[in-house]
Amino acid sequence: MQPLRLGLARGWVTWRSVNTTREGLANTIIWNALPLVFLLIFRNATIPGTDISVGVSLLPGMLAMLVVFSVMGTAYYLAAEREDGTLLRAKAVPRGTAAYVVGLLTVAVLDVAAAVAIVLVPGLFIVPGVPLGDAGMWLGLVGYILLGLMACVPLGVLIGSVVRSPRVIGGLGFFGITGLAAISGLFYPIAVLWDWVQWVVQILPLYWLGLGMRSVFLPAEAAALESGGTWNTPLTIGILAAWAVIGFVLGPVLLRRMARRESGAAVAERRRQALQRV
Amino acid sequence: MATTPAGPAIRVGDLRMNYGRHEVLRGVDLEIRRGEVVALLGPNGAGKTTTIEILEGFRTRSAGEVEVLGEDPEHGDERWRAELGVVLQSWRDHATWRVRELLAHLGAYYAPYATASHPRPHPVDDLIATVGLTASANTRVGALSGGQRRRLDVAIGIVGRPSLLFLDEPTAGFDPHARREFHELVHRLVDDDATTVLLTTHDLAEAEILADRILILAGGRIVADGTADALARQVAGRAEVRWRIGEEKFVRPTDDATAFVRDLLTGPDGAGVVDLEVRRTSLEDTYLEMIRRHEHGDAAAAALEPAVAS
Repeated sequence: MQPLRLGLARGWVTWRSVNTTREGLANTIIWNALPLVFLLIFRNATIPGTDISVGVSLLPGMLAMLVVFSVMGTAYYLAAEREDGTLLRAKAVPRGTAAYVVGLLTVAVLDVAAAVAIVLVPGLFIVPGVPLGDAGMWLGLVGYILLGLMACVPLGVLIGSVVRSPRVIGGLGFFGITGLAAISGLFYPIAVLWDWVQWVVQILPLYWLGLGMRSVFLPAEAAALESGGTWNTPLTIGILAAWAVIGFVLGPVLLRRMARRESGAAVAERRRQALQRV
Repeated sequence: MATTPAGPAIRVGDLRMNYGRHEVLRGVDLEIRRGEVVALLGPNGAGKTTTIEILEGFRTRSAGEVEVLGEDPEHGDERWRAELGVVLQSWRDHATWRVRELLAHLGAYYAPYATASHPRPHPVDDLIATVGLTASANTRVGALSGGQRRRLDVAIGIVGRPSLLFLDEPTAGFDPHARREFHELVHRLVDDDATTVLLTTHDLAEAEILADRILILAGGRIVADGTADALARQVAGRAEVRWRIGEEKFVRPTDDATAFVRDLLTGPDGAGVVDLEVRRTSLEDTYLEMIRRHEHGDAAAAALEPAVAS
């Protein structure tokens, strides 16, 4: 129990301490508030041929994207904290590594919770037609966010254990996820894309998380716009769960292998390299 | 406790470490008693950090026997880990945390290992006062100066009241004032808790001030082992006599400076000798000589004949 308790504590303190710096707070608010601009622009538009608001069709995709950014966030934290010695510090105290991992997951969850709150709370006022009174909507929303986190955060641990440079993760991760979001059916039906793109996109979790989120927010008749004309909920849950299984099995293996090799000399060497680049 | 308080804190036999075909450690033997403060000296790349990291359990050795607090560091459990304090070379972690917050958090990991006779962790505010950071207790770690940061590292290293503390170049980058304060801090800690300390340093004066015993690591082996006085005495037989006759300067090494000077002054040129100076070989000379030999690829000679300086 001790690593769990200390891990939750370190996750909370880390998250709070980052978001009480000016830079950290600005990052959290600016990046997460960006989607609100699009919601404001499209607030009165409707999807042609239907009376479904464009805003309410974009909102689930944006939430899915914010959840999937936790892959990059988690990988980035892990690589950066490996570089600055946080991971080694954890290794130096009894049962520190277990608590470190709990802390890492806690920060990822808090980041996503903050991002979702920043978009969702104003979004509900901006966008008409969200079924606010429907308990099923809230249940589905929370359920898909949790499933998305389970699919994405271990994936971030896996990537952060393999890729050494936080700068590479930050750069490629941002453009990668943004690019992927553009072709994952979040903002228009993927049926307009080439078949092979559809295939690739439908292997990855973002498409399915977006589909799941839309099934929560949009009325039943909107399913007609999806591939196959249904929400395909069982397959959505199945594929997200499969990603979670992959991450939960491989993530700890790679993390343990990486952490075992961590030493002061390795930290010093990376510091030297990082300073040379500046 | 899994450890046997009677045995030495550290026992190392024929420790070897290779990185690929590069041999960093070629058979290190050392033993450190409980409560002893030992300095490990050596040039860059001699393997000081590698040695310390093997002892800390952060690195897997290639060969040899290693026992730290009665356990092999590669198989040390969490209880064993709780007995160690580690201060590594470059740490920039937890930059957004506040000093007190971080120290309290890291101290909490040691609480389950407390006993009636050995309470853990240190009370945080006392410890902050001990390392002189009371005024900075609510400062973010990233905003500390280099010296303050290092003192925090030391505080973190001892927050769990370790019985064995590793300090890897603790004062690198310190100004003389910060260095002196740091030395006082280590003295205080060692006196209070009878902690065993193994530190590495480049600084001979520091080794002399802090350590009961000095080990010199060169060419992957321990080439000298003794108190600062003993090491200096090993070469004290060798002294250097300098003098001048007219405009001509003379320098002669000798084993017996007194006899040499007597002969010099009573000899034929004795009347013309001015500016006579006898210099004992210092610890620094000993050290530099050993390192010089090592760098000339003569590590074996350095190891076998530490007492002879040319």
